[in-house]
Amino acid sequence: MSNDSIKKTLGVAFAVCIVCSVMVSAAAVALRPLQEANKARETKKNILQAAGIYEPGMNIEEGFKVVEPRLVDLATGNFVEGDPVAYDTKKESKDPKKAIHLDADQDIAKIRQIAPKQVVYLLKKDGQLQTLILPVYGKGLWSTMYAFVALSGDANTVKGLSFYEHGETPGLGGEVDNPLWKAQWPGKKLFDKQGHLKIQLVKGGVDPSKPGVQHKVDGLSGATLTARGVEDLIRFWMGKEGYGPLLEQIRKQGA
Amino acid sequence: MSQMRAKDVLLKPIFDNNPIMLQVLGICSALAVTSKLETVIAMSAAMLFVTTFSNIGVSSIRNYIPSSIRIIVQMAIIASLVIVVDQVLKAYAFSISKQLSVFVGLIITNCIVMGRAEAFAMSNPVGLSALDGIGNALGYSLLLVVVGTIRELFGSGKLLGYNILTPITEGGWYQGNGLLLLPPSAFFIIGFLIWGLRTWKKDQVEQD
Repeated sequence: MSNDSIKKTLGVAFAVCIVCSVMVSAAAVALRPLQEANKARETKKNILQAAGIYEPGMNIEEGFKVVEPRLVDLATGNFVEGDPVAYDTKKESKDPKKAIHLDADQDIAKIRQIAPKQVVYLLKKDGQLQTLILPVYGKGLWSTMYAFVALSGDANTVKGLSFYEHGETPGLGGEVDNPLWKAQWPGKKLFDKQGHLKIQLVKGGVDPSKPGVQHKVDGLSGATLTARGVEDLIRFWMGKEGYGPLLEQIRKQGA
Repeated sequence: MSQMRAKDVLLKPIFDNNPIMLQVLGICSALAVTSKLETVIAMSAAMLFVTTFSNIGVSSIRNYIPSSIRIIVQMAIIASLVIVVDQVLKAYAFSISKQLSVFVGLIITNCIVMGRAEAFAMSNPVGLSALDGIGNALGYSLLLVVVGTIRELFGSGKLLGYNILTPITEGGWYQGNGLLLLPPSAFFIIGFLIWGLRTWKKDQVEQD
């Protein structure tokens, strides 16, 4: 039988497909646990980076021991019982029964629905809250951007911001993960003395002589929409649909 | 006789018939991954694995492949191998795989792999095809290592992340050449290397 008969062509195509798919799926299944461990370590590294205690070459598992993950109920701002490691925020935010649906006027970060609880990370020293690390996300120009925001114990001063997943234009919006740009964030205050959310990204640089400089961060040139996305997601998550109630409690009584 | 042939098949692609320098194939990844030696090594290893095994795979079933679907059969084999490599890198070399990002996946479309499968493995026995795959991958790797060494050493003053020429930013004296860290610099370097190689081996010069 010639190689080019229809029967043989189909037979070869089928056999090649079977062999290849077995090979690919075997690799994918066998290596998944290792890949997930890598992902988890990457997340921890990002948390440590946001908190500003990451050093290159450090043992991440060791370093992460000082960090205390807690589940927080967004609506009340209370810490709730439950295993923060097992809580899958992404899955819960897609579950129509559990997720909180956001109305158009609330949804400034354009994420439509959020999980009712979030996993936050606490860094304590002698029982005093030193750093509070909050996962945040929202739409940029092209993609959903994911970040950790680290706040000081006063739940107002920013200690760090670290974007760890986004698909913005490299060189323009992609500069959200540029260390020089991120270095502007530490020391900024989210709220004014009356407790109003004031943080904003401005165009054309921050003039240190003008009032309100502690609430202003220089935007990204050439990436107006990404910068707006960053501002919106910070404002959303620090607002009353986000971590607002939690931050208020911490400010009142400390954690 | 066949001994000679095997040696030729393995060694020819390194200087005499280098896939990048003479055939000018696989340039895109050569530009993208050569800013650091570490990624070059990972990329070269991935390439070695894929070219060798795709040649073996294609060659071993070459007498059964209907010519009407031969390209797609080759693609299926290459693509599966590339996915396996990508998965392995994600599991064992996570930070490198993040830096290589899409370029591991793009080995699928690397002309060298396809070219060798179609031009050599389809018409040669398994053993020779394997050697041809290794040879071509080594030719590719050699050039990548040279380019990567030049770019990392003079671009950031390091090799494999260790300071060789301590840059000013870390208290040394060396002012890194920023151009070398950008992809276009690989074009210049490859151009100079091709020039050098063709001055050495005159028969590679193309007739006008």
